[in-house]
Order: sequence, then C-alpha cells, then structure tokens
Amino acid sequence: MKPPRALVPVVIGLLILGGWEWFVRSGRVDDVLVPAPTQIGEWFWSALRDGSLASATWVTMRRLMIGFIIGAAIGIPVGALCARSSLARDTIGILSLGLQTLPSVCWVPVAIIAFGQNEAAVLFVVVMGTVWAVVIAVQESVLSVQPLYLRAAMTMGSRGWHLWTRVIFPAALPGIISGLKQGWAFAWRSLMAAEIFVVILSGFGLGSLLHAGRELLRMDQVVGVMLVVVGVGLLADLIFFSPIERWLRRSRGLER
Amino acid sequence: MPANPSSESHSQLTLSHVTKRFSGRAGLVTAVEDITLQVKEGEFLVLVGPSGCGKSTLLSLLAGLEQVDEGSIKLDGADVVEPGRDRLVMFQQDALFPWLDALENVLFGLRLKPGLTDAERTEAARYYLDLVGLADKEKAHPHELSGGMRQRVALARSLAPNPRVLLMDEPFSALDALTRDQLYGDIQKIFTQRKKTIVLVTHNIREAVCLGDRVVLLSPNPGRIRQVFNIDLPRPRRINDPALATLAADITTALSAHLAEPKEGLV
Repeated sequence: MKPPRALVPVVIGLLILGGWEWFVRSGRVDDVLVPAPTQIGEWFWSALRDGSLASATWVTMRRLMIGFIIGAAIGIPVGALCARSSLARDTIGILSLGLQTLPSVCWVPVAIIAFGQNEAAVLFVVVMGTVWAVVIAVQESVLSVQPLYLRAAMTMGSRGWHLWTRVIFPAALPGIISGLKQGWAFAWRSLMAAEIFVVILSGFGLGSLLHAGRELLRMDQVVGVMLVVVGVGLLADLIFFSPIERWLRRSRGLER
Repeated sequence: MPANPSSESHSQLTLSHVTKRFSGRAGLVTAVEDITLQVKEGEFLVLVGPSGCGKSTLLSLLAGLEQVDEGSIKLDGADVVEPGRDRLVMFQQDALFPWLDALENVLFGLRLKPGLTDAERTEAARYYLDLVGLADKEKAHPHELSGGMRQRVALARSLAPNPRVLLMDEPFSALDALTRDQLYGDIQKIFTQRKKTIVLVTHNIREAVCLGDRVVLLSPNPGRIRQVFNIDLPRPRRINDPALATLAADITTALSAHLAEPKEGLV
C-alpha cells in the first residue's frame, strides 16, 4: 500500500530536523549562531508560557486585519472605478501599477515622518502595501468579465448597481479573491517591515519580537519568530483563502 | 402562420432602411445596409446568410445592444434604442451565469420584472424549466449540465419574463447534431404552444427552413436582403424531411447565385 501523501513531507521534515540537531550538538558550529531545533523549541515554550508570544501575535494579527481590511475597502471600489473609467485607469491605474512595484518597506520613512512612531504609521505602511495590488487585481478581473454576460444581463433589464452587484462582481470574484490573497501577502510583508523599523510603544508585535531578538543576540528567538511568521502566513492561506478559491472554482466547474 | 386582418397595425416589429456601420481597421465598414423588414405577431422569422452578412449585427440592433446609424427599428410603434425586457436574447453559447444554478439563472430576468411576488417568480421559473424538460435540474450549475441542457436553460431564461419578441443568435451552433435535432423539436413545440414572435439568426439553411415561417436570405459586404422565402411546410417539421431538404437546396442555390464564390458552412 502506498503511504499517504501527507506523510512524505513530515518524514523528510523530521529527518532534516534530526540532522540539524545532531549537527549543532556535535559542536561543529557555535549554537549562538546556529541554534538547534530543541533550543528554538525551548524559546518557543518559554515565550508561550510567559504569554509574550501570544500577545505579540495578537498585536500583529490585529494590525494586519485592520490594515488589510482598510486596504481592501479602498482597493476594491478604486479598482472597480479604474475598470469603469478609462480616465481613472490612465491615472490611478497607472499610479497603482507603479506603486505596486515599490517595496513596501520604502513607505516606512514616509510613515514615520508623517505620523511619528505610532500605530498610525504601522497601519499606513500596511495599507500602502495592500491597496495597490488589490486595485490592479480588481481592475483586471472586472475588465476581463465576459462581455456576453453583460449583454445577456442588459437585455434582461439589468443596469447600474444591479449589473455591478449581480453580474460584474460575481463574474470577477475569482480574480478579486486572488487579488485579495496577493494583497494579504503584501500586507503581511509590509507589516513585518513596519514592525521591525518602527519602534513603537503602543504595541509589541512579532516584528518587534524579532527585532528584540536581534538586539539580544538571541538567534533562537529570531529563528523562532520567523517560524511563527511563516506559520501565520501559511495558516491564513490554508484556512481562509485556499478554501474560498477552491469553493469558487468548484462551484463553477473549473476544478473537480 | 396566424392570420392578421390588418397586418399593418399589428405588425409589431418594424425595420425600415436600417443601416449600421462599424469603424474597422480598413476604415468604415458597412455591416448592414438598407434593411427593411416587418416581423408579424407570432411569426417565426429566420435571418440566414454566410458569415459577414451582418445577421448577428441585425440581431444586436433588434436587441438594442447596438444603435442604428440610419433608418429605424420600432417595436409596437416605439423606437428601439436600448436593451429591454420586451426583446430577450438567447445567445450563441454559454451566456448562462456560472455562479448561479439553473433556477437562479431563469429567475435572473424574472427578478428584474416588476409587479410580481417572489412566489410568482419562482413558480414561473419552475414552469419554464419544466417546459424545456429540465424540472429536475433546477439546482444544477451550468457546468453540471450538457451543452444541450445549458441551451435549454438559456431558452427558459429568455422565455420566462414573457418577452414580446424572442431573439435567438445562433443558439444551436455549438451543439452536436443529435442534441440540435431534439432542440428543433422543442423550439417548435414551444413556438406553437406559446405563439411567441421569434427572430432567429443562423448560417445553417436547413435549420432555417426547419424552423422558420419566413426565411430572409442576407448576402454579405454589405449585408443586404437578397430574397425572402415563405416556408409553408406543416409543423412540426423534421430536419431530415425530404421536402425540407429540397427547399433548403433551392435556397442554397439561390444564395450561391448571389455570391461570387460560395462560402463554407452554408448547408
């Protein structure tokens, strides 16, 4: 019998971790520079017990959600506007395309000068990281809605708001969801940049924890936080975006 | 054909001197030129011709999806200037909304029709799904239906709001022969039962003869009316009927005579 597919990455992962542990313990490298998996595990356990990890994750997730929601709330209507009006497309659309290529960490100096070292600066960076990708994705997916759907809907008397909410958005939804997923990924990256660079007193997030690890020369903490960051990103994808995408594709017969 | 004592006043859909141009790469292209035509109440009119004869353009004009450049189109005396529920279109291929199930697709147009309760709308949608033989498929999404079933749902969707005129834009072209023959039967049955005015566009002359009370032959570059044939064969007609085949062959000959070089895909 073939082993279940999920077993393969687990076994290989365990082998790599075991090899890593052995390598560090054998004294070939300094464990200050390269902590063993068990050392990272110890940090993880202690950070869990003193509550610092949970509170940092909570602070970060809250910022991420707020920033992402603001970014999406701005990006979706602006993207729709760009799809509808060529004037908006030639101005906001092109601007979005340009700003999307700007690494979001570049917004940090702007944010600090404009807002100071506070929560608003962090949110600003996250929103700037999210909004352009969403604008472009929404614009593109609305523009690529099959004209046939619009013609059919219009002959049945659909216009304006009805046409947008009952035809254009449902038709563009798969593209919009991919855009939001990309926006989420950008928001996540932006937030880490912001938390590492904006030293603020209003909340101690995962990025700050990472930064603190660096200051204390605690490689176990640095690597541990990085793993948590990866885990959060993966989880968001696995429990939120992927199921929505799969459901959308399946209900339209694009995937079995 | 239903008898109309005063066909002038009852003639509901009137095209007079309709001309439509498009700006293409080679400058202004005349798609249809000087089309004058009257579609009678309860008539099944078929526009047939090779590609480029402007038949689909004509249908878009009737639907109000495009505007005439010259001449006029009137339905019950009022100018056709925009899409409206009184002229519903059954499109070439999948114009069903893939995010809605069959029932919801049929309900789409009904929901936009004022003066009905939700219960009446649902009842009407079920009635038309039943009429096209898909009563048991109301929860199926378009991708779960065969091509023929999808076009049946599309037919139900365009019939349900009870339009004055049903416009059909090559609705059978993407179907296999067997499914198509079945649908010819269904359409004729519904046409006879519901006395609907239908304008069908096709490049298939046999199909035209099978379905139409009148077949209008168009020729391309620019699209003009070449000849009009009255089809007096009794209904229901079968596509393989020899009399029908003979008539179709006559029309094909007439068309070939008009064309310098016969185009493909006419029979």
